Amino acid sequence: MDPIAIQVSRFSHYFGSERALADLNLDVFRNEILGVIGPARSGKSTFLCALNRLNDLVRGSRVEGTISIEGRDIYESGTDVIELRRKLGMVFATPIPLPRSIFENVAFGPRMAGVRQRTRISEIVRDSLEKGGLWEEVKDRLDTSALKLSGGQQQRLCLARILALKPDFILLDEPTSGLDPISTMKIEDSLRKLKKDYTIILVTNNTRQAARVADRTAFFLNGELVEAGPSARIFTAPSDPRTDDYLRGRFG
Amino acid sequence: MRLGPRLEQRVATALLWVMTAMTIGVLVFIIVFVLRKGLPVIDVGFLTKNPVDMGKGGGIFSTVIGTVSLTAFAILIATPLGVGTAIYLTEYTWENAMTRVIRFGAECLAGIPSIIFGLFGFILFVTKLGFGWSILSGGLTLAFMILPTIIRTSEEAIKSVPPDYRTVSFSLGSTKWQTVTRVVLPSALPGIVTGVILSVGRSIGETAAVIFTAGSALRIPTSVFSSSRTMSVHFYIMAREGISMPRAYGTAAVLIIAILAVNIATYYLMNRFIRRYS
Repeated sequence: MDPIAIQVSRFSHYFGSERALADLNLDVFRNEILGVIGPARSGKSTFLCALNRLNDLVRGSRVEGTISIEGRDIYESGTDVIELRRKLGMVFATPIPLPRSIFENVAFGPRMAGVRQRTRISEIVRDSLEKGGLWEEVKDRLDTSALKLSGGQQQRLCLARILALKPDFILLDEPTSGLDPISTMKIEDSLRKLKKDYTIILVTNNTRQAARVADRTAFFLNGELVEAGPSARIFTAPSDPRTDDYLRGRFG
Repeated sequence: MRLGPRLEQRVATALLWVMTAMTIGVLVFIIVFVLRKGLPVIDVGFLTKNPVDMGKGGGIFSTVIGTVSLTAFAILIATPLGVGTAIYLTEYTWENAMTRVIRFGAECLAGIPSIIFGLFGFILFVTKLGFGWSILSGGLTLAFMILPTIIRTSEEAIKSVPPDYRTVSFSLGSTKWQTVTRVVLPSALPGIVTGVILSVGRSIGETAAVIFTAGSALRIPTSVFSSSRTMSVHFYIMAREGISMPRAYGTAAVLIIAILAVNIATYYLMNRFIRRYS
């Protein structure tokens, strides 16, 4: 199997006349955790949403270049965008549980995909909550409202929600920025375990988190990819002076 | 006359209190006046017997049926039309000239006097389309009268569903229709239902539009093509033609109680829903 799971080639993204991403060239390797760091408004989130074509929902969205996932350009006409979004599960910065029970939240994706049998859905829910590290805490109250969970629990619920769709990729956009250190640690541990079976892209404004968790790291600035490489190298001896400045806190 | 700030504050508070009292006072006066004159006439027989002798005797049963059927018919037509329009305007289009025109049209519709609606209904439904004086004609006319309210409240309800819910729904691989029906509408339901109930309240009391389209037959209606008299029309005819003032007041009292009940139910349901979903 091809070690390169996603190939971004000369990719630019415009919203109307504003250019949010400029001429990106980046490979994402299978079963790695790729950290994406950079200051605010550098295009990190836009990049993530370009991968699952969630940006299509924004008025005036326009792209150039290609993003190939498993060898096929996802911006080709005829791409099944619904299926694409199931294959690339996204966890957002603020946990967004739907206003329904824990069970129904996790069951949402599979139900929309057409899974009907109650037993099958129960299996999927249990399996996903276990993988997301939340099962033990909620197994006795699956029918209570998801809104009653703590922030950290809600975020793990969001993780379980996308795992229910058996994605190939997990995209996380600053998933722990609002969470306490214990919850953060739990999620980082989950990611390390999940790496075996999924390819993970983790956008974070916390460079130390990227250093802890990511195998490779990419540095974004003003919509451009400045450099990308093994985390060990990026954090100790970056090639580009801008990366060095950012990591030293000279700006950001 | 320059008052010091403290005195000014107290005068202002007193004035505001007086204005509030006057507003509530008018409402209380109307309710008490009608109920005082009308309640003595109301008993089980009044509500279950048909009018006798053009309304001089008997009860108002057939008019109750008339009101209920007309209102139900109007709601059944206006709700899907209104909610559908609201969904189209909010979820399926970006803000542009077309949506502004549609919205403006709905607002204009809201401002048309009810008697003009009656005339419109008479010309189109009763005469041109040949439905005659009927629940069909009356219901259709009422439906168009309450349509703007349903569109407006549904739109507000849909817009107040957090955009994040849609984002999450899409990111989990839903189609637009699934997102609208399984995520947006369930969350918007309390607001939509409120608009529908408000429209029920309005339809119950509507007179001018109904008198020109549903007619004033005193028999219990047998189909949508039957003419039927509503309670409000019955009150109007009895009061204007001096047939029976006590029974007129009785009808008015039933109407007021019905409208009060609908409004209280709205408040109660709205509160329950808000508490459950937030």
